[in-house]
Amino acid sequence: MTETEFLETKARWVWEETLRIHRRSAETRVASSLSPIEIFVVLYYGGLLRQDPANPRWEGRDRCIISKGHGSLCMYPILADLGFFPISLLETVCRRGSYLGGIPDPVIPGYETVNGSLGHGAGVGSGIALALKRRGIDRQVYVVVGDGELHEGANWEAFMFAAQHRLDNLTVIVDNNQISMLGRTDDMVSHRDLGRKFEAFGWRAVDVPEGHSVNAISHALRECRACTAGVPHAVIVNTVKGHRVPGLHDTPLSHVTAIKPDLIDQLLNLDK
Amino acid sequence: MTAGTIVKPKAMRDALLEALHEAMQTDPEIFFVTADFGSPMLDAIRTDHPDRFLNVGIAEQNLINISAGLALEGFTVFSYAIAPFITMRCFEQIRVNLALLSEVRSINVNLIGVGTGYSYVVSGPTHQCYEDLTVMRGLPNMQILSPSDHIAAAALAARCLARSGPKYLRLDAQILPALYDQSSFALDEGFRVHAKGERVCLVATAYMVHTALKVAKILGAKGISVGVIDLFDITGFDEEKFSTLLGDYAGVVTLEEGFVGRGGLDAMMFDWVARRGLPLRIRNVGVSGGYRFELGTREELHELVGIGIEAVCSAVADFVRSLSPILDNSRSVFLGGDK
Repeated sequence: MTETEFLETKARWVWEETLRIHRRSAETRVASSLSPIEIFVVLYYGGLLRQDPANPRWEGRDRCIISKGHGSLCMYPILADLGFFPISLLETVCRRGSYLGGIPDPVIPGYETVNGSLGHGAGVGSGIALALKRRGIDRQVYVVVGDGELHEGANWEAFMFAAQHRLDNLTVIVDNNQISMLGRTDDMVSHRDLGRKFEAFGWRAVDVPEGHSVNAISHALRECRACTAGVPHAVIVNTVKGHRVPGLHDTPLSHVTAIKPDLIDQLLNLDK
Repeated sequence: MTAGTIVKPKAMRDALLEALHEAMQTDPEIFFVTADFGSPMLDAIRTDHPDRFLNVGIAEQNLINISAGLALEGFTVFSYAIAPFITMRCFEQIRVNLALLSEVRSINVNLIGVGTGYSYVVSGPTHQCYEDLTVMRGLPNMQILSPSDHIAAAALAARCLARSGPKYLRLDAQILPALYDQSSFALDEGFRVHAKGERVCLVATAYMVHTALKVAKILGAKGISVGVIDLFDITGFDEEKFSTLLGDYAGVVTLEEGFVGRGGLDAMMFDWVARRGLPLRIRNVGVSGGYRFELGTREELHELVGIGIEAVCSAVADFVRSLSPILDNSRSVFLGGDK
């Protein structure tokens, strides 16, 4: 199996598992968890993140801040598969006694910070990146944000700060599915030309038009790792909200839409 | 009451920053972050420790988030801005990335807010701060420290270094007379008894301790003896000792330079007395009405909003009279007759 096939197989499995979790716990937000799957798969399986599942707070880890917390249900199968917690816990999402909630919190092994309240990850991640630099620790900080989340002004305070301090160990990955709760971001407060906005703030920006291509994402992230420009990196991944699920795929107002169990069964069987 | 040696007054922030500057010489884990807010002592920190000093600009939300990030990597962080901005402009950042996050991750972030109450006298309601106790009290895990002079403010440095978790240090912007000297001040109990009285004790915090002492003196000259306590550790005072002390009184008057009846020191005291089941009557002195735009000295502003010396003297005297033994007797006779 090639690296690409390996990552694609993982992405396919994570997509299925995410739907299975949603089938068991319909209250989970599934549409925004289907757009960043390939991003997380590349980070966690593609040799980019140094992590130790047996010791989630290992000092030598690369820090991954999942700022769009409620759109990261797909992280549960990934963390379980890698051994951060037993895979059987995937059966317990949103259940009494489980730590796997509808919006993940750092009681879950593998999660660094409080997420879901939007617009916090970029600032906290910048503080971490600066601390690592000041300590002379050569580790990367990845912050995964949603594009809708970028309406929160605190992000832009952090972006100015990160450029000022030349935090080249910081990469912000935008899950640019272009839809937030009530519709398309372009129709409410547009962030068209997002890459140019980052560049105007002193960042290096890379667009990934094929946002569900593991190769394209991997290539962009490796380019950031190799870059010696001495500035922070923004990788704008053009994804599709509700990816490959009829009724959700690129559909406004799908944010809290639940998928009918029959449809999930059909999707999982048809594609097998 | 006050200690024998005369201590030259100093700004609280300079005293605290001086202590931190000294600590930074030997402790490489201290990081100082400001939201473009200064002080002469800050220049020394910036010059001597440029690698552990940051100015995030006028951006309090980012101030909190950057501080949280530094703290997650093990630094002891001091974050510095004007009081209303560092508490209310970035309240949700404080809630999520300090109060909430500290449930799960060990972080030591110390918010230093300068300008409590009316201490930015001519700057008006944006820079004055009458709500910080209310909002910060609402957060679990948040330690609140409210010193009344620069000696107490400086002593907080050691506390912040020794005890982890998020904290809010509320400092006056003006230079206030010293109430303590180094040898007479101890943080441990979280409060300090300045005077013992007969029926009523004034429990004050920050600037209002100065008011309470003046009121006690004036009333003392009129034969009304009231106690005075400086409560500076709002969230961590020694409850047993405090309880024993207040056991000698029939009533308590809280004094705060913040809105009265809106969840500040007054609410804290009501709640605490109720939880302890103490037979104490309570009166509250605090800013009444709403936001005001009048100009004047701090004392004049205090008179306007009902926390000036004269108003407090008369409120306390009335309260003392209402608790007088004669009234108690008549009440017990009445109750007796009712049976």
